[in-house]
Amino acid sequence: MAVPAHVNGPSRTVPGTEASSFWRKLSEHRSALWRIASIGLFFLIWEIAGRIPISFAFPTFLETLRAFVTMTLDGSFVAAYAETLQPLVIGIAISTVIGIALGIVMGLSRFAEWLAAPVFIVLQAAPMAALIPLITFVYGIGLLAKTLAVIMLALPVIVLNGYKAVRNANPSLVAMCYSFQGNLWQRITKIIIPDASPVIFAGLRLGLAAGFIGVILAELLITPTGIGDLITYHRSVANYAEMYAAVVSIILVSTLTLAALEAFELRVLRPEKRRS
Amino acid sequence: MRNITAHAASAAAHPAGADVAVEVRGVCKMYSEVEALRSIDLDFPAGKLTTLLGPSGCGKTTLLKIIAGLIPATSGEIRVNGKTVTGPGPERAFVFQDFALMPWATVMRNVAFGLELKGMGKDERQSIAARYINEVGLAGFENKYPHELSGGMRQRVGLARAFAVNADVLLLDEPFSAVDEQNRRKFQEDLLRLVALEKKTFIFVTHSIEEAVYCSDRIVILSRRPGRIAQIIEPEIDRSASPDAIRRDQGYLDTVEEIWQGLKRYVD
Repeated sequence: MAVPAHVNGPSRTVPGTEASSFWRKLSEHRSALWRIASIGLFFLIWEIAGRIPISFAFPTFLETLRAFVTMTLDGSFVAAYAETLQPLVIGIAISTVIGIALGIVMGLSRFAEWLAAPVFIVLQAAPMAALIPLITFVYGIGLLAKTLAVIMLALPVIVLNGYKAVRNANPSLVAMCYSFQGNLWQRITKIIIPDASPVIFAGLRLGLAAGFIGVILAELLITPTGIGDLITYHRSVANYAEMYAAVVSIILVSTLTLAALEAFELRVLRPEKRRS
Repeated sequence: MRNITAHAASAAAHPAGADVAVEVRGVCKMYSEVEALRSIDLDFPAGKLTTLLGPSGCGKTTLLKIIAGLIPATSGEIRVNGKTVTGPGPERAFVFQDFALMPWATVMRNVAFGLELKGMGKDERQSIAARYINEVGLAGFENKYPHELSGGMRQRVGLARAFAVNADVLLLDEPFSAVDEQNRRKFQEDLLRLVALEKKTFIFVTHSIEEAVYCSDRIVILSRRPGRIAQIIEPEIDRSASPDAIRRDQGYLDTVEEIWQGLKRYVD
């Protein structure tokens, strides 16, 4: 999406000098350039704010960057993410499979909706951080408890989005499939799921973001491991640059994962969106 | 122009001799308390284009969807080629007012979709679809997506999809209402060419009097709710003339005027 390959795009510009071809290339990547400029501006403000300084516990951008590079090279990020990603990946995988399946069933059947929807609506509204001590109480402090924390945060939004998407599938397309004698299975797989997929994927993106919140909450509240441990440890010894580097790294990982999910959706499920 | 009044003789609604593709017998439709259609008796001659025309809310689309098997009639029955309709069937194909194209599928896949649902192999269904894409004038657009096409082109895709399943009866629900005026005229001319070429039975719903007179072999005018047959007209226009000549033909203009005089009382 960041690399538009317009064949007809620059045809209006007058061909000729070296300079015009440079500007033409530049304008092709205009949206990517604006994004980089926006991030650059943010880092600049951060650097200035760190130098004022607004708080002695607030490192500058360059200090954080140095800590980030050091921690990447000395392997502490690798070790931390090996630990953090376990409950996250397991939890998201379970939430995705159960969430989408349950959402589709609830969207198709009034009975399933009546049975399950209230539970998830309540779960989505509940402040999950308050429930984490309860999980610890029942399931201890191991991988199971952390995975459960991820699922509790990620599952409701995935289920509810899937259910609403399927319930609101375009009735005209459903009627079209019926009129061409499509059976129930064809109607679900060829019409309802592709039609609902943008909203299902929006739910997955929200679920994944919630899963990141869940795993960090679990690592901060249950037992300090992985990236949560890095944050807690560097805070306690006042290595603020390292602490911020750890926070930035989790934001980076989360953003990149979400972008990858979006790219996957465009490639696999909605080919028509790539051209627009 | 031949004017057949339904009240005079119900026999008029059942043309003797001519092959009948679709028979409608005593069809009533109630939407909870609202009576949409009241005892409709109607025959649709095979190989002809019959139009259902009427004021908005007269139940013409409802009648078409009952014939399609998309919604059930409250009472009465529909027979297509002598067989009673209980749901959609392979001998009928529907063209939707809002096109009903899958936005995630190319023109090719959309046109071949009816065949895909029947389980036909990819090569076979694509070669059939390619023929109809060509026939409706969309050659070269096979790999475009619906949002890349104009309204008129999208409905051509819907028409090609209906042709591709090789049904005997094509049901068109206000197919041009979402198409702009200039494209609509061109499309109407192409439709007449396709009607002559394909030799199928067409049932066409419209609220445009000019469109009905221009395209139809037979026009069934429904009254306002509850929908009943008010009038049946056969325009008997010489279709061998050029489209522009037809639009200036006195018989054409007189028929349009007469239908308008009949429908005027239903318009508020």
